[in-house]
Amino acid sequence: MNAFVFDGTFEGLLTSIFETYEFKVKDVRLFDNLRYQPGLIDETHEVISDKAKSDRVWKAFVKKIGKQKAQNAYTVFLSEDAEAFQHIFDFIRYVFDSGEGAESNFGNPSVIAIHKWERSVSRERHRMKAFIRFEQMADGIYYAPIEPDFNVLPLIAGFFKNRYADQQWIIYDTKRKYGLFYDLENVTEIAFDFAENIESGTTPYLSKNLLDDKQELYGLLWNDYFRNTNIPARKNMKLHLRHVPKRYWKYLTEKKHN
Amino acid sequence: MSDRIREKLSILADAAKYDVSCSSSGGNRKNTDKGLGDSSNGICHTYTEDGRCVSLLKILLTNHCIYDCAFCVSRRSNDVQRAAFTVEEAVDLTMGFYRRNYIEGLFLSSGIFKDADFTMERLVRIVKKLRLEHKFNGYIHLKTIPGASPELLTEAGLYADRMSINLEMPTEAGLKLLAPEKSHEEVKKPLGFIQNSIVQYKDESKIIKRAPKFVPAGQSTQMVIGATPESDMEIMYSANQYYKDFDLKRVYYSGYIPISYDTRMPVIGSQPPLLRENRLYQTDWLMRFYGFDVKEILNLSNPNLDVDIDPKLSWALRNIEHFPVDVNTADYKMLLRIPGVGVGSAKKIWQARKFGRLRSDQLRKMGIAWNRAKHFIRCADSVMMLNDPNPFQIKNDILSQGDSKYTKVAQNQLALF
Ligand code: SF4
Repeated sequence: MNAFVFDGTFEGLLTSIFETYEFKVKDVRLFDNLRYQPGLIDETHEVISDKAKSDRVWKAFVKKIGKQKAQNAYTVFLSEDAEAFQHIFDFIRYVFDSGEGAESNFGNPSVIAIHKWERSVSRERHRMKAFIRFEQMADGIYYAPIEPDFNVLPLIAGFFKNRYADQQWIIYDTKRKYGLFYDLENVTEIAFDFAENIESGTTPYLSKNLLDDKQELYGLLWNDYFRNTNIPARKNMKLHLRHVPKRYWKYLTEKKHN
Repeated sequence: MSDRIREKLSILADAAKYDVSCSSSGGNRKNTDKGLGDSSNGICHTYTEDGRCVSLLKILLTNHCIYDCAFCVSRRSNDVQRAAFTVEEAVDLTMGFYRRNYIEGLFLSSGIFKDADFTMERLVRIVKKLRLEHKFNGYIHLKTIPGASPELLTEAGLYADRMSINLEMPTEAGLKLLAPEKSHEEVKKPLGFIQNSIVQYKDESKIIKRAPKFVPAGQSTQMVIGATPESDMEIMYSANQYYKDFDLKRVYYSGYIPISYDTRMPVIGSQPPLLRENRLYQTDWLMRFYGFDVKEILNLSNPNLDVDIDPKLSWALRNIEHFPVDVNTADYKMLLRIPGVGVGSAKKIWQARKFGRLRSDQLRKMGIAWNRAKHFIRCADSVMMLNDPNPFQIKNDILSQGDSKYTKVAQNQLALF
């Protein structure tokens, strides 16, 4: 068993794969340098991210299983999970070392693991598409703070750009401290100071003086709607909680006034 | 001003909530000209405390109604507060909610005031304004008002993604009992008219590149369950017929929530039939996605669905001679019929077995409900069975597993199989 330590980037992970072929090793345990504790294992190889190497791996991977399926590996990477990193590593190696169609051999442990992780990250992406709540600020920009379990901003940028093409918006990941800003033309990555109140305070909402005049009314109307579209005779909180887990409530307008 | 609009929304959302459809998929509208919104797969933006998906702003234009259907809160004899939105109010609410990512779009229905055309014309005005003036590409589900003119329906179809008209009661006899002024005939007419137009526009779009969309997400209907005494067989045969005759996208089954002291129906306070509703949806799924003929599930010897087990398991136990199924050789159709195996895992089995005979440890990882499925399959490491499987034993075994799905009280959106 060999231990590789990489820098935690996707490029680094792909470089690691390149180097397993370079060094002709197969069984590799992968660590990212944030989580790796020196001394745990005696001999480690440090992987230096290398664009040329990672590009070659990615191209070959895409060529082998097609862009869409290859993309799944990147989606899994956004989980930021050490175990998932290992699965991506094993999966890509398995695909390279096997015949055509191996990526759908669900009898193989890394194939099924990638499939499951992809589902988890995609579920979080889907939840963000659903649970993001914009508030209109006085300057007209629509602002939404989020705190997703996985780093899904890159996966939702296109969706929001297409959907809200005629309004400026900001979606800010308060956990990872960066956001996306759409200026009616492009989406750019941003990091800014005013998020500080949000990160530190218990309330994620913007103070009233920052908001558009109509914002409060729309928030109230949404709450009215949420309450009145419910059928009390069918009450089923267990199901409600399964679909809207409590950890998301903080940012949901319909939970704000209740 | 703000109080008045809040009150209206409360009244008209409350009156609209008994229509259970909240689907927002199949619209397939793109945001091409930097307008607002798009629609494709449908998103539930939140769930009510009763566990139902909230995807659309579901409102009535008004709850004034000239009819007196006994099962409906808006019936003219009911003593409730009445309200009506203006066209602008309905448009502003939709836009304001959509921009904040509260909803996927609008589900607009209405009580019938004055007459059918007058009502339909108002509904059309709202959706037209959204589409043309506000470049709104979000999802729109529009109610078809029975008796509205073909011209209005055609116009509506050009702006709406989905249209629906409710059967209300599963059978004509049931409907006559509670709403003598109504008939299934007047539901079939517009369903058929719109269906023909959908087909026409589709044909046209094969020839003309940018032919307009016409009700791209198709039509649906709803039946109220448990207000009248139909059997499950009557309900599902009726659903099946409508699926076939009008190519419906969905039939919704809505457990009756008692809302009146009318002695023809269950009294206020009695529990809505949620478990039954769920079993009907399961049957619906079996018909649409699992290749079952409705007659296999419900027939004269089995006119009602089992309460304690789902209809797929129930079918398997009644037809035990088809089991066990060898997952390494069975055809796809048969894989789908194994209790505990859903469409997703059937596909996985189908693909994975090309790489070698599958063992139970691999199957378990594919997301099949092993405790159920194990009684009905054979795989590479199955031991020889001497006796034929015994349906009574299997059923007892499964029920005694305490599989929460069978023992707990009804939920309206249980996992399917
Ligand atoms: S016509 Fe429609 S709104 Fe009017 S009472 Fe009958 S079901 Fe209710």
